[in-house]
Amino acid sequence: MSAITGNLGLATKQPEHKSDNYLTHGKGIKSWLFSLDHKRIGLMYMIGVLTAFFIGGVFAMLLRTKLLTPGLMYTHNEADEWNFYNHCFTLHGAFMVFMFIIPAIPAVLGNFVLPMMLGAKDVAFPRLNLGSLWCWIIGSIFFGWVLLGGILHAAFGPFANYWANALIPAGLDTGWTFYTPYSTAKAANGTVEALLGIFILGFSSILTGVNFIATIHMLRPKGMTWFRMPLFLWSLYATSIIQILATPVLAITGLLLLAERTLGVGIFDPALGGDPVMYQHFFWFYSHPAVYIMILPAMGVISEVITAHTRKHVFGYNFIAYSSIAIAMLSFLVWGHHLFVSGQSPLANAIFSILTFAIAVPSAIKVFNWVSTMWRGDIRFTTPMICALSFIILFTFGGLTGLFLGALSNDVHVTGTYFIVAHFHYVMVGSALFAFLAGLYHWWPKMFGKMTNKTVGNIAAILLLIGFNLTFFVQFIAGAKGLPRRYASYPPEFHKYMVTSTIGAYVMAVALFMMAGNLLAALINGKKAPANPWGANTLEWHTASPPPHDNFPVEPVAGDPYDMGSWVWDEATEQWVLDEDHARTVAGTEPTVHQH
Amino acid sequence: MLKILGSIYMPPEASTVAPGVDWLFNFILGITAFFCLLIFAGMVVFCIKYRHRPGHQGGESPGHSTGLELTWTIIPLIIVLVVFFYGFRGFLDMSVVPPNSYEIIVQSKMWNWAFQYPNGTVTPELHVPKGVPIRLVLTSDDVIHSFYVPAFRTQKMSVPGRYNRAWFQATQVGEFPIYCAQYCGTSHSKMLSKVVVEEPTNFDRWLEEASNPEKQTGFTPQKAGEDIYKSRGCIQCHSIDGSHGTGPTWKDMFGSKVALSDGSTIVADENYVHDSVLYPTKQIVQGYQAVMPSYLGGLKDKQIDWVIAYMKTISEPYKKSMGSSGAVPTSAPMHKDEPARSAGSNLK
Repeated sequence: MSAITGNLGLATKQPEHKSDNYLTHGKGIKSWLFSLDHKRIGLMYMIGVLTAFFIGGVFAMLLRTKLLTPGLMYTHNEADEWNFYNHCFTLHGAFMVFMFIIPAIPAVLGNFVLPMMLGAKDVAFPRLNLGSLWCWIIGSIFFGWVLLGGILHAAFGPFANYWANALIPAGLDTGWTFYTPYSTAKAANGTVEALLGIFILGFSSILTGVNFIATIHMLRPKGMTWFRMPLFLWSLYATSIIQILATPVLAITGLLLLAERTLGVGIFDPALGGDPVMYQHFFWFYSHPAVYIMILPAMGVISEVITAHTRKHVFGYNFIAYSSIAIAMLSFLVWGHHLFVSGQSPLANAIFSILTFAIAVPSAIKVFNWVSTMWRGDIRFTTPMICALSFIILFTFGGLTGLFLGALSNDVHVTGTYFIVAHFHYVMVGSALFAFLAGLYHWWPKMFGKMTNKTVGNIAAILLLIGFNLTFFVQFIAGAKGLPRRYASYPPEFHKYMVTSTIGAYVMAVALFMMAGNLLAALINGKKAPANPWGANTLEWHTASPPPHDNFPVEPVAGDPYDMGSWVWDEATEQWVLDEDHARTVAGTEPTVHQH
Repeated sequence: MLKILGSIYMPPEASTVAPGVDWLFNFILGITAFFCLLIFAGMVVFCIKYRHRPGHQGGESPGHSTGLELTWTIIPLIIVLVVFFYGFRGFLDMSVVPPNSYEIIVQSKMWNWAFQYPNGTVTPELHVPKGVPIRLVLTSDDVIHSFYVPAFRTQKMSVPGRYNRAWFQATQVGEFPIYCAQYCGTSHSKMLSKVVVEEPTNFDRWLEEASNPEKQTGFTPQKAGEDIYKSRGCIQCHSIDGSHGTGPTWKDMFGSKVALSDGSTIVADENYVHDSVLYPTKQIVQGYQAVMPSYLGGLKDKQIDWVIAYMKTISEPYKKSMGSSGAVPTSAPMHKDEPARSAGSNLK
C-alpha cells in the first residue's frame, strides 16, 4: 500500500494510478519471457526450478519405493531393475543439484529481493539477467531431452535406426558425479546431452553471480555502507564469488569429459592414458564450493527471517557477515576431502582434513548468532519462522555430522555409505530446502500481495520436519553399520532402515504438496497483504506489495536494516507503520557516507 | 556401556584399527550430542520465554558481544583441532603397512572381486589368517570400485591404471561382508563378497586345497564349473533359468544356434565359449551390449573347460544332440594340454 511509503516522509502523497504493479505492468507471454524486470525474471526462475524440483522429487519417490524391497519392484529381471534404479538416482541427483538447489535461492529469491533490498530499480545488467534465465532454460531443455530419451528407450528401445539411437539418449546412469572412467567408457549414452546441459546451466550461474556482484558494488542507496547491508546480500555476495570462480572449472571439466567420450581424447580414462583420480579433483574443485552455493544463500535467508519474525536486531552482525566471506574463501580449499580413500597421499589428506575442520567454525558461529538473536525477542511462530527454526535444527545436525566425515580415520569407514547420503541431505535438503521455503513464505506477500494461511503452512512445515528426520536419520545408522550408497539391492539386515526411510519420504511428499497448495491457495483467496506484513526494516518492505514496476516511487534512504523499533504496530489499521520520529533518530538515516 | 550402545549403530569390531575408529566415532557423537542439546535447549527456552503474546514486549539487548562471540569461535576451533588430531593419528595407523605383512592382490572388475594369493591361486572370497597383518594391493580392470569391509573399518578405492594399497589385521575368526562402495554401474549392489578369517593353521590348509581344486573330495568338472559360475562374476549377468540379464542366459545355450549382433549366426560350441570368456567383445549376441570384461589371465583354460562342462549340464540342445543316452560325461572331456581342443566341437 502506498500509505506506507507516504509514511517514510520521503514522498508526499502517492498518486492513485500507482495501483499498477509489476505483475500487471505488461500483458502477454512476451512481456514475461523477454522481460528485463528482475522481479518477473525471479518469478519465471521460480516456475522453472519448482518444475525441476517436482521432477527430481518424482525420481526420489521412485527410488525410495524401489528400496522397500531388496529384490524386484518394477520389473521382472534383475538387470532391468538395477538399471532402472541407477537411472532414478542419477536423474534425482542431477535435477535436484544442477536445476533446483544451485539456482533456487540466488536466482529466485535473490533476483526478486536483491535490487529491492538495495532500493534500486533493477540489477546492474538487466539484459544479462534475462540471458542468465535463458541459459537456465536451454540447459534444462538438454536434461528434458535426456529424460524423455530415457522414457522412450524404456518404452520402445533399443532402436535399430542409427539416427533414432543417436538422437534419443538412453537416459543417464552415471550418478550426478559423472565419475570416470565409468561415465566416459561405460555409461548409457545420455551422458553427452547431460554434460552439454550442465555446461549451459553453468553460464546461468556465472551470469547471475557477475550481475549480483556488480549490483551490490554499484547500486547501494544513500546510507547503505557495506556494514549496513542486509545479511542476505552479504551471503549472496559470497555466493556470487564462488559462482564466478568455481563454475568455469566445472564447464572445463565437462568439456574434457565430452572430448574423451566423443573424440576418444585420453584425459581421465587410463585405457586412453588418462588419470581417473584427476577427474575427481577437477569435479570436486567445483562441486565442493557448489555445496556452499547451496547453503550460503540459505544462511542469508535465515538471518533475515529470524530477525524479522523475532522482531529483534540480529545478534553479531559483523561475525555473520565475515563468516559468509570466510566460508566462501575456505570452500575452495577443502575439495580433497572427497578423495580420502582414492589413494591421495596421507599428507594431502591431512591438509584437506584440517581445512575442512576450519570451515566448520564459521558455520558454527552463525548458528550461535541466530539462536542469540532470539534472546529477549518477541517471537512470532509464522510459517517462515517455523521453517527457519527447522533449518537451525537440521543444519546443526547436518553440520555436526560433518565432523565424523572430516575426521580421517572415521571417514574411511563411513565414506561412500548412507552416512554420507544422510549428511548431505541434512545440509542440502534439511537446510537449503527449508531455507528456500522459509524465504518463499517470507517474501510471498511481497511477491504477490497475498498472505498465506499460517495454520496450514505451520502444519506442513512441522510435518516436513518429521518426515525429513524419519527419512534421513535412520540413514546415519544404516551408513555407520556399513550400507554403501547407490545400492539397488541390499543385505536383509538393512531392510528396516530402508522401509522407515521410504515411509519418511512419503510423509515429506505429503508435506511438500501441502506447502505448495498453501502457496497457490494464497494467490487465489489469500488475505490481501500490506506493504510490510512482518514489520521488517530491510528496504523491500518499504514499498507496496506487490511492488510497482520500478520498485520505489522515490529512491529510498537506507538505515540500519535490523532496526525493528522503527516499525510500530498500529491497532487501528492492524498494520505495521513506520515510526518516523524513531526512524529519523537512527544513525545513518541521513546519508553521511556516500558509497556510489 | 558404549560398546553395547555401539553395537546398535556399528558393525562388529573385527580388526586392530576398529576399536580406535569406534572410540573416535563415539567421541564425536558426544560432541554432537552436547552441542545439539545446547542449541536446541536454547531455542526451546527462548521460544517459550520470548514468544509473542499479549503484554509481552521484546526487551533491549546488545547487538553483539565481542567476548561472547570470540568464545564461541575459539572453543569450537579447539574442539575441531582435537578431533582432527585423533582422526589423523588413526588414519596413519591405517596407512602405514607393518613390515612382514602377507600380501594379497585384490582384482576388481564389473561386478566381482577376485583375490590372488602369493602362490598364484585366485579365489572369489578373501580368506585371511587371524592375527597376521594383511597387505592389499588393489587393482581394477575397468572402472573405479571401492573395497570396503565395514567390520574392519577398512576402505580403499581400486582405481584402474594405478595400484592402491591398504592393510588390516583381523582380530576375530568369522565371516564378514565385503562391499563395493563406489558406484560402478548396473550390478554395483551385487558386487559383494566376504572375508573369511581363520586360525592360521586352518588358513594354510584352506589355501592348499584352494590351490588344487581337483584334489578336493567330490571334485567333478561340472561342479567346479558351477563354482566358477557362482563365484567369479558370471552369475551377475548370465542367468541359468532362461531370464534375460545384462548378458544372455546360459540355459539351453550350449550347442544352440546364436544370432550375433553383426547379423551372422554361430553355434555356441567350446570354441565360442572359450573365445567369449577371453575376448568378450569379439562376438556379441544380438540385443546385448558389449559390456563383459575379459577373463584373459583371470581364468585358466582348465577352468574354462570346467565352465563348459557345467554349461553342458544345463543345455537341452546339447543333451539332445548327444543322443538317447544323453549321458553327460563325468570326467573332463578335454584338457588344455590336449593339442586338439577344437575337437570338442565335434561333440555337438
